[in-house]
Amino acid sequence: MMSAQVIRIENISRAFGSKKVLNGINLAVDKGESLVIIGQSGCGKSVLLKHLNRLLRPDSGAVYIHDKDISLMPSEELFELRKTIGMLFQSAALLDSLTVGENVGLGLREGWKYSKSEIADMVRDKLELVGLANTENLYPSDLSGGMRKRVGLARAIATNPEILLYDEPTTGLDPITSDIINNLMIELREKLKVTSIAVTHDMTSAYKIADRIVMLYNGKIEFEGTPEQVRNSGNEIVSQFINGRATGPIEVQ
Amino acid sequence: MANGFLLVGRRALNFVARLGSTFILLLKTVYYFKEIPRSLGLIVDQFFFIGNKSLPLIVITSIFIGAVSAWQAAYQFQFIGAPLRYLGAAVGKAIVIELAPVLTALVVAGRVGAGIAAEIGTMKVTEQIDALESMAISPVRYLVMPRFFASLTMIPLLTIFSNFVAIAGALAVSVLFVDLSYETFLNGIKNSFQIFDMVSGLTKSAVFGAIIGIVGCHEGYRAEGGARGVGKSTMEAVVISSVMILIADYIIATVLFKV
Ligand SMILES: Nc1ncnc2c1ncn2[C@@H]1O[C@H](COP(=O)(O)OP(=O)(O)OP(=O)(O)O)[C@@H](O)[C@H]1O
Ligand SMILES: [Mg+2]
Repeated sequence: MMSAQVIRIENISRAFGSKKVLNGINLAVDKGESLVIIGQSGCGKSVLLKHLNRLLRPDSGAVYIHDKDISLMPSEELFELRKTIGMLFQSAALLDSLTVGENVGLGLREGWKYSKSEIADMVRDKLELVGLANTENLYPSDLSGGMRKRVGLARAIATNPEILLYDEPTTGLDPITSDIINNLMIELREKLKVTSIAVTHDMTSAYKIADRIVMLYNGKIEFEGTPEQVRNSGNEIVSQFINGRATGPIEVQ
Repeated sequence: MANGFLLVGRRALNFVARLGSTFILLLKTVYYFKEIPRSLGLIVDQFFFIGNKSLPLIVITSIFIGAVSAWQAAYQFQFIGAPLRYLGAAVGKAIVIELAPVLTALVVAGRVGAGIAAEIGTMKVTEQIDALESMAISPVRYLVMPRFFASLTMIPLLTIFSNFVAIAGALAVSVLFVDLSYETFLNGIKNSFQIFDMVSGLTKSAVFGAIIGIVGCHEGYRAEGGARGVGKSTMEAVVISSVMILIADYIIATVLFKV
């Protein structure tokens, strides 16, 4: 029996002006699976992620979530879908006019019918999970980069979404905090069966959280496999990337 | 030569497209008026923002505009030999119908319109708007509607305030330098006052408020790149809304006042 497919990307391409960023990507993610996307800086990982909740639309091809083509969805339906998808932005993208607590509770306040005190409780729980208890009243400008990232993560998981998109969840964090975040992502998958796609450069984190890793190169998927297969891959491009060598088949522009 | 035509053609097309997309944003914004009860907090914040940014400047511009128009009118009255007891009537009408609405709107366009465009532009280029979208929050409801609504309602209020301050400025000049008693000046205003003048002045200012709100939001939304892009949007918001205010002023005048 096939397991339930949650996300299916069919042959999507996307260019900005004359610059082709994605060039025929096919990918499917099952329920409860943790997929990690790796690839060079600027290769289109963030762009790919933003296609999954229609922040960007493909020039051609389609993205299906629960077998529905999201680019055709009317906006009401899209809103309902987005409530089930949490996203951590690479830049954290906290609203800088709101406090940390208001940022984390924003989705709950605007989209659900919870009372103020229920929201405050949920916000406190999520901030504790990311190691930022009692920071509710600070503003994003009072935080370090790594703290902002974690507030962004707390905000992404605040509404207990079924799908999580993480854009570089551990970048800018010290090794210990990184591991706390890795464990949190693993726990979300194991306890809540969250389906996740994470973009990362941090190979330690990738090996730890991934069921499957795909490598993006030149707008296409260059390699796809389990962490074990990636580590032992004979593919020159993959091995140059994971071992971090400046010379090899990957040309750096 | 052909290239010149092409360039002009493209410019014209861009302009129409921009006007069109501003209008579409306006329709979407009005659609979200149904969410006003839920968004009161956001709207009240914008009331304060607009009031705080504008009041001091409006006080200064209004006093001086009132003062200078009384001075100029007195000079013209002497020149044509008109009796000075009509000074209040002439200056009062000019202020209520034309000067207060237009100058308030231009001052607010420079302060508030620019502020709105800069804020929304910054949110756009730092992905904060994407973040709202990703949380299933419509940026039009959450950001645009409160700013538009506040601008639409606050600018007429500010105009009423500007009317009083400008008339006070005119009164001061008339009493201090033109040797008119303040009773004569105020009687002139009282006797010539028509509700229609007030209504037409406020109708104008509501239209100007709508222009400032929607153009500020729309230009902010178009921001791309970084600080430079935000700066460009901010400047364009001020230029476009100022020009549109003047055009709208002319159109409304020709509709309301048959010569
Ligand atoms: N809105 C946009 N307009 C124009 N070009 C864009 C836009 N967004 C992304 N790009 C381009 O698309 C390419 C891929 O960008 P993307 O942000 O996806 O890279 P990335 O793989 O996430 O890199 P990094 O690891 O550095 O975050 C880049 O060359 C970038 O210049
Ligand atoms: Mg990226």
